[in-house]
Amino acid sequence: MDFSLTKQQQLFLQMIREFAEKEVKPLAAEIDEQERFPMETVEKMAKIGIMGIPVPTQYGGAGGSNLMYSIAVEELSAACATTGVVVSAHTSLCVAPILEHGTEEQKQKYLPKLASGEWIGAFGLTEPNAGTDASAQQTTAVPDGDNYIINGSKIFITNAEYAHVYIVFAMTDKSQGVKGITAFIIEKGTPGFTFGKKEKKLGIRGSATSELIFENCVIPKENLLGKVGGGFGIAMKTLDGGRVGIAAQALGIAQGAMNETVKYIKERKQFGKPLSAFQNTQFQLADLQTRVVAARLLVRQAAYKKDQGVSYSADAAMAKLYASETAMEVTSKAIQFHGGYGYTREYPVERMLRDAKITEIYEGTSEVQRMVISAALLK
Amino acid sequence: MKIVVCIKQVPDTTEIKINPTTGTLIRDGVPSIINPDDKAGLELALTLKDKFNAHITVITMGPTQADAVLREAFAMGVDRAIHLTDRKFAGADTLATSHALAGALRKLEFDLLVTGRQAIDGDTAQVGPQIAEHLDLPQVSYLEHLEYDGKKTFTIKRATEDGYEMLEVDGPCVVTVLSGAYKPRYMNVRGIVEAYNREVEMWGFEQIEVDEKKLGLKGSPTRVHKAFSRGVKAAGELYEVDTNEAVGIIMSKLKEKFII
Repeated sequence: MDFSLTKQQQLFLQMIREFAEKEVKPLAAEIDEQERFPMETVEKMAKIGIMGIPVPTQYGGAGGSNLMYSIAVEELSAACATTGVVVSAHTSLCVAPILEHGTEEQKQKYLPKLASGEWIGAFGLTEPNAGTDASAQQTTAVPDGDNYIINGSKIFITNAEYAHVYIVFAMTDKSQGVKGITAFIIEKGTPGFTFGKKEKKLGIRGSATSELIFENCVIPKENLLGKVGGGFGIAMKTLDGGRVGIAAQALGIAQGAMNETVKYIKERKQFGKPLSAFQNTQFQLADLQTRVVAARLLVRQAAYKKDQGVSYSADAAMAKLYASETAMEVTSKAIQFHGGYGYTREYPVERMLRDAKITEIYEGTSEVQRMVISAALLK
Repeated sequence: MKIVVCIKQVPDTTEIKINPTTGTLIRDGVPSIINPDDKAGLELALTLKDKFNAHITVITMGPTQADAVLREAFAMGVDRAIHLTDRKFAGADTLATSHALAGALRKLEFDLLVTGRQAIDGDTAQVGPQIAEHLDLPQVSYLEHLEYDGKKTFTIKRATEDGYEMLEVDGPCVVTVLSGAYKPRYMNVRGIVEAYNREVEMWGFEQIEVDEKKLGLKGSPTRVHKAFSRGVKAAGELYEVDTNEAVGIIMSKLKEKFII
């Protein structure tokens, strides 16, 4: 048993940390304030291979591991959680299902462009009336010769109109319940596929979030992902992987807030000494650091298990549950340590708290994670 | 086109620890990086690779752990890496280092040899020029910018204390690069994944055909007279004011301390 990173992983950490510090962090406050998608950062990430980390080289990827990918999302999110989720949604929710469930033709067609970052990926499962109860899909796909006709809408879709490829779920047979759900690969620009309103959010405000609308949208049968009726399984498997990404994002936010806090409490003096000299500060800080390190172990374990090809569903759920709740606690306490300054936008910790909240909600709420964890325990 | 870049692993900190008895650096436990001037040199070579499909060999002399900088160079895009390491090279000053490197470089073909201006741990700026002398090659130090005509000739902008010089020089030649000249690219993720699967060639004393007396501690005329850590100074006072006001403040401080 070895808890240390390999030399290769250390080299990767060195690169991504420097990239996050120099290219991502300086933009974090600005894209939050302006609710602006960080396209220039995506282009920089694409250039050095961050948009295709766990994609095999034969499909134009970097041939890296899910562990490396989780390190990337963590480090990016420590600087800017928006940037972290752009990469996470792209990689875990679009690239991964094509890689894991796509035909050879689909992989050849989509993966090189996605892995190179020329195209951005997205995922559409949630509907106005199908959130945690994802089986209540109302979007329909009706066969019509060599095509399917898709009607319905998807909400809260990350990467929204900035994406080029969407994994979309629709009912092909309502009578079959979850076994009637099918996954499709849909390209932007397909007639009948438009975007609805852009969401105004509490946090991750640079990340684009929109509704996808399908009105008699004609999708060729070769764009069906996996088998007819196999969509729900693909969605659940995809979300297992996505949870590693979001857990890494939450962990990054927590670490980012820790970094800011440690810096601040060493500098800030009250009653003639730095805040770091007060035992109350030290004890709270120790508890937070312990949580962050524990979260990291859970995140890396889940990513490692995915790399090993063993079941990691409950591990991913535990990682996401724990890391997201850690992110909430750490960012909230970070503001408290900063006092009034922390509540202002002069300091990044208020943004981090706003960014942290979503990690308890998307890609399965904390309640869903608890369902997954106990289901694995009680089966 | 063939380029060789010499790089050095240096400690990445201002808190350099010094062994009080030997006066040499203690490298263990201090994070190590590619020397900044060398990294700019690496970027210069990589831009020539992008444009002219140049083949880049990177070479370093140093202990086992210096392998890390060669892996990083692989991840940035170099084609070949040579690690010059041998007990006989240990304790080398700049002269002995340049003899060992020159010995290795005689075995390599190149149109351009790139080194950094100087290393942040020694600050001598001697090794590049010494190599050029040993190899009897033209050298341009303090390179700020380089253009290549695609055939033979390099046009080089060189920084001097009071301005710039523009020089034309035919390859093969040696240039020493300033860290600000070229902003190093990030390592590529695929390059990182492959970096530790690629072969670093290990060259020792046997490979370089240099007189043993010129190498290592034996070949090093430099003697360290004294090494010491600078005492900790109190943080200074910082004023952000215009020139006139600054002069006034400086004058009053100097008077206050009876310096003038």
